[in-house]
This record gives sequence, C-alpha cells and structure tokens, in this order.
Amino acid sequence: MDFELSEEQVLLKDSVDRFVQDNYSPEDRLKLSQTELGFSRDHWKTMAELGWLGMAFSEEVGGFGGGAVEVMIMMESMGRGLVLEPFVSTVLLGGKLVAEAGSAEQIEQIIPSLIEGETMLAFAYAEAQSRFNLNDVQTTASKSGDNYILNGTKAVVYHGGTADKIIVSARTSGDALDAEGISLFIVDKDAAGLDIRSYATVDGQRAADIRFENVSVPAANLLGAEGKAAPIIEKVVDQAIGALCAEAVGAMAASNEITNEYLKTRKQFGVPIGKFQVLQHRMVDMYMDAEQSKSMSDMVAMKLDIDYNDDARKAVSAAKAQIGKAAKFIGQQSVQLHGGMGMTDEYSIGHYFKRLTTLEMLFGNTDYHLNRFSSLS
Amino acid sequence: MDLSFTDEELAFQSEVREFLEKNLPSDVKERYRRGVHFTKEGQVRWQKILNEKGWMAPNWPKEYGGPGWTATQKYIFAQEMGRASAPNPMPFGVSMVGPVIYTFGTDEQKNYYLPRILNSEDWWCQGYSEPGSGSDLASLKTRADRDGDDYIVNGQKIWTSHAQHADMIFCLVRTDQNAKAQEGISFLLIDMKTPGITVRPIIGLDKEHTLNEVFFDDVRVPIKNRIGEENKGWTYAKFLLGNERTSIARVAQSKLRCEHLREIANTEKVNGGLLNEDRDFMRKLTQIEVDLMALEYTELRMLSKIEKGETLTAEPSLLKIKGTEIQQRLTELLVESLGMYGAAYDSLEVREGRNDLNFAPDYAHGPMAEHLYLKAASIYGGSNEIQRNIISKMVLGL
Repeated sequence: MDFELSEEQVLLKDSVDRFVQDNYSPEDRLKLSQTELGFSRDHWKTMAELGWLGMAFSEEVGGFGGGAVEVMIMMESMGRGLVLEPFVSTVLLGGKLVAEAGSAEQIEQIIPSLIEGETMLAFAYAEAQSRFNLNDVQTTASKSGDNYILNGTKAVVYHGGTADKIIVSARTSGDALDAEGISLFIVDKDAAGLDIRSYATVDGQRAADIRFENVSVPAANLLGAEGKAAPIIEKVVDQAIGALCAEAVGAMAASNEITNEYLKTRKQFGVPIGKFQVLQHRMVDMYMDAEQSKSMSDMVAMKLDIDYNDDARKAVSAAKAQIGKAAKFIGQQSVQLHGGMGMTDEYSIGHYFKRLTTLEMLFGNTDYHLNRFSSLS
Repeated sequence: MDLSFTDEELAFQSEVREFLEKNLPSDVKERYRRGVHFTKEGQVRWQKILNEKGWMAPNWPKEYGGPGWTATQKYIFAQEMGRASAPNPMPFGVSMVGPVIYTFGTDEQKNYYLPRILNSEDWWCQGYSEPGSGSDLASLKTRADRDGDDYIVNGQKIWTSHAQHADMIFCLVRTDQNAKAQEGISFLLIDMKTPGITVRPIIGLDKEHTLNEVFFDDVRVPIKNRIGEENKGWTYAKFLLGNERTSIARVAQSKLRCEHLREIANTEKVNGGLLNEDRDFMRKLTQIEVDLMALEYTELRMLSKIEKGETLTAEPSLLKIKGTEIQQRLTELLVESLGMYGAAYDSLEVREGRNDLNFAPDYAHGPMAEHLYLKAASIYGGSNEIQRNIISKMVLGL
C-alpha cells in the first residue's frame, strides 16, 4: 500500500502547481473568466507544450501513458487555482471518447492535434429531460444514404461554444432510457443545421445549449459501433468523475487555507475571530471533510488504474457522493466564515464556493450517486 | 387556546387577498416570484399603490400613518403578501429608520420624514457596518465632530445595500472618541446628496450590484439631523436591530418558494417520469415544509405573547436562525431541482428579466441568483453565530 507520489509524479505536480502559481492569481482568474472566450488560448498552448494534454492518453494513441493517478495529480492542482481551460471537456471527455471508441483513422485525425493544443472538443451528452441519466437520450440519428441525420437539443454543454468538434450522443435505435441504441458522432462546429447558444455558467466557465436540426454527418463520423456507445460513455464519464473529485479536493484545500488564514487575521471584539470556539469547531469540521475527500479521491484514482470493473464503478459513486457533500459544506461555510467579504465577486472565496457547488452537481449529485452505489452493491 | 381566526379576521383576509389580486402589478409580481432582483421603478410604483390603500406601514402606530392593525391582522397581511408573490416595501425606511424616528425623533423630524417614507419619496439605506466592524458593531470608527450647527463626518461604511438608489442614509457615528465602545455613538440622518459622500459599488458573487461602500469626506450634517441625544445612539441602534430580527423569519416568502418548488417538480423530468416521483428529492422538500411549519407556529406563539403584552427576549434570534436556514435550504433545493441547468446562470440575462438566448426552461432563471444572494442571510442582521450567542446568554444563562 502506498499513497505517496513517485518522483515523476512529484515533478508533474510541481509543474502544474507552478503554472497555477504563475497564471492564476484570483485577479487573473476573475479577469479571464470575464473575457468572451472565458479562458486563455496562450495558457492552452503552454499546457500543450508541457505535455499535459497528452498525459491521459496511452502511448498507442500517441499520448504519454499517464493513468488516473496522473490525471488526479493535475486536476487537484488545477482545482486549487480554479483553472478555466477546457481540460476536462477536451482531454478527459472528448479526447478519451475518441481514444476509447475511435477507429485508427479517427484517432490519427484528432488525438495528435488535440495533444498539440490545436483541436478542442466538447461532449454533448445531457438533455433537458435527462438530468444525470446518461442513457436518457432523445436526440436521434437516422441513417440516410452515407450520412446520419441528427435532430434534438443538448443542454449545458461545457465549452460547446468554443470547441472545434463536438462529440454528441444520439439514439440510433431503442426506446428512451435504453442503454442499447445509443451512438456517438463527431460533429464539426460549423456543420449546417447546428444552432449553438453560448452562455456563462455560475462557476465562471462557458457552456452552450446546442440544437441539431437535420444536421447531416458522414457515416465516417460515427464514433465506435452503432448503438453500442453506452458502456464507453459510462467508462469515460466515470473517469472524468474521478478527475472532478480531484479538482474538488484541490478547490476545497485552497478554500480551507484561505478561510483558515482569514480566521487568524480578521479581528472582532478585540481578538482574531479564530479564537471563538464555535468557529474553531466549524473549521475543524471543514478540515476533516477535506481530508476524507482527499482519501476518497486518491482511492478512486488508484482503483480506476487497476481495472474498470464494478468495484471501480462503486468507488466512483462513493467518492462523488462523499465529495459532493463535502464540497457543498466547505464552499458554503467558507463564505459564511468570511462574513460580508465572502459575498463579493472581487474576493476569491466566493468563486471556490461557486465551482464547488457545480462540481457537486456535474455528472450526478450526491443523491444520484448514493443510489448508483446502492444499485451496484 | 384557539387556532382559528375570528369572522372579522377572515373578512380581513379576504379583503387583503382581493386587493392584492387586483392591484399588484404583474411585472413586479413576476420578478419576485422568480427570485430575480427588483427594479427601483417597479418597487416604488408598488409601494405607492400600497400607501394609497394605507397599507404601507402595518407596524406603525395609527397617528403616524399605520393602519392600526392587531398583531394577528399584521400576520394575516404578511401571509397574504407572500401568497400573492408581493414584495414587501424596502425595509430601510419603513421597518428600520421609520420606527426609530417616531419613537425617538423630534416633532420636526417626524413631520418631515415619516410622510416621505410612506409615500416613497425618500429611499433610505443603512450606514451601520464598517470595514473593521461587522458583528462587532460597537467598534465603529466613522467620526462626527461638532462645528457650529453642524457635525463634520469622516469615515467609511460598507455592505450598504441599495445605496446607489438612496436619497437618505441613517448612520451610526462616533461623537465621543474617548468613551467606551458602546458609548459615544450618535445616530444621524444624512442626505446622500451632501458634498463629500461617495458611493462605490461592490459587485456580489451573484454578479449583481446590490452592495456598496459609502465614503464620508468632511461631510456637513446639521445637528438637527441627529436622532435623540448625542452619544446615546447605541440605544436607538439596538431598538432598530430588534425590529429587524422580528421580520426576518420570512415564513410567507418561504411558503411561496415551496410552492414554486412543487411546480418545478411537477414539470421537471427524471428517469422518464417527473421529479415529483423522485423520493429523495420529495423527502427533502417535505422535510423543509415540516420545518417551516414548526417555524410558523413558533412565530404564532410569539405573536400571541405580543398580543398579551409580554416582551420578547431572545425569541427573535430563534426566528432569525431558523428562518434564514430554511431560506437557504430552499434556494439550494431550487437549484438542485434544475439538474444540470442549475449551472446555467448568466447574470446579464437575469438582470434584464429576459431570456433572449432562449436557453434552459424559463423557471431556471432566478434560483441560482437567489441561492447566491441568500448566502448573506445567515451573515446580515447579526450573523447566525452571534444569534446563537444571544440565545445562550439571554435564555440559557450560559
């Protein structure tokens, strides 16, 4: 048993930490989140040059062969700085789907360009009625000659407005909620019939609702076997959940440090407010929640690296449920302990609260994952 | 003991209900129902309608323009306002400084300010908090030094809600630098147009402009604008804070939110069915409704004490803690009810009260804004930690 990082892993962590240190002061982050793009293409280039965009891909597809643990290390550090670049959308969702399900040609066409920072992706899976159920797909794709015709609307597609290609789940057969009959397609952002409405999300990022109206894609853009995408989607999403857990751990740690420091410096009634026992106990509860979350996040990364089986699936749901609960508690209490300061956009703590709030909900909230955990038992 | 209303009270209830149905402007109602910030114009328009009916200030004595209602009538009115999605008048004039003026002010102050508050001619804001003094209000540093018939005010206030709209600010200032913390404070009414006052916006984490900093740089305030005696301001401030805490349970408002949640649950889909079939979700909503009922009957018990002429001690703190906790749990659940659309929050869309881009169901615009904004509810008006201190000291003797 070893929860410690190897030498290479420490180097990776140091390099991401340094990037965050240099580029993600709260002021920098706030400014960046207010630009139209919502992130920095220069940062993205840097991330490519440092080799991070290829870390999560195996050497067979041209990546650097890192596993879930390497992803966890990167995401935890990025979570500390609330990094805005579309690493999850492009690498962990879009890129992994291509790597898992794609033909040699599709992989060759997309992955190297993605690793170099040229191609950005988004994964359009959710729909207004689907909530967190990945199999609730009503968007349809019907075969017409050498093409598929896509119809339907995808909801809250993170980075859907800035992606070069959108990976979309659509039903080629079966009834609503069936796992069987779901397919994946690669759609170019400028395909005719695509209506992309971008908006800001509460966590300072960008998302889009995307309407497909008779969007015609060549059959060559089918990703994987027709109707067989559900298990691949589940696997890639579970790995992404593991990564988001790590991001939450980083964000919780930073949030607690900022709050702890505030308790030591902010004075009321002639003493630092950290001298009040009620606040001490609150801070202790926040610390304990963050530590437990770190354990769960490390555990889930290691399990995902062993094998993707039911044990790993249960671990993902357990981690998401526990971390979701902790993320809400720490996010909300960090604001509370800051008093009025916590309510301002200018000060960083509210941004941690908002990102932690969305992390609890992304890919299934605490209730959803408690139920999934129980159904896998 | 008797829970039921009398015939007169029931008739009053119908009268209020009917009035609100006929007179509440639909745009004002819609913003409030959604949880979107009000506009000043809409708020003032609505307040003028209430005032014309004589219902602007339910808590004021009749001689100053109150309707002369019993505590039960006031309760019924509050419930009906909530039921109709009718926003309450801005509290700073009518609930905060108004009662201070008619209780401690001079005749001149009463005659001038009270009618202006009732008729929404002055928009008031509250100058209590300072950067160094939040919950420890008595440590405030803004000073007022005498110069002839004026005070010269210097210092800074913070977290001043809606100061950007305000005509007047009521302020706690230090008039004796050598006295102990709670002594040497005076209560001043200051015209926001006085030279030397600067208002700087603080953008909130909901990306909205509600809060402000207010700076005073050699601001001349006539001594006749002081409430009561010099250096006795703390007494008036405490009186005001007591009033603030009694109106903070917001049962009617929370009932409205519960209803809104049920509507969403009847519409929002999950696993091929509706959210109202999701047991986890409905259990949370039901738990809040039960807690809200406990709060409501606690408030009613206190009301009955007031009717009997008893004085409350720390009961308002209980109402504040439980009321704000319920408000926060409700907005959290509202966000949860939206699923992924909870994240789709664009303040610009919400601020304008429109949804040009036509993304997300219409009811999705509002809950996140309110969830973020109401994080302040457990902070303002004396944080909930401070309220618990009050109960432990005053009730439990700890």
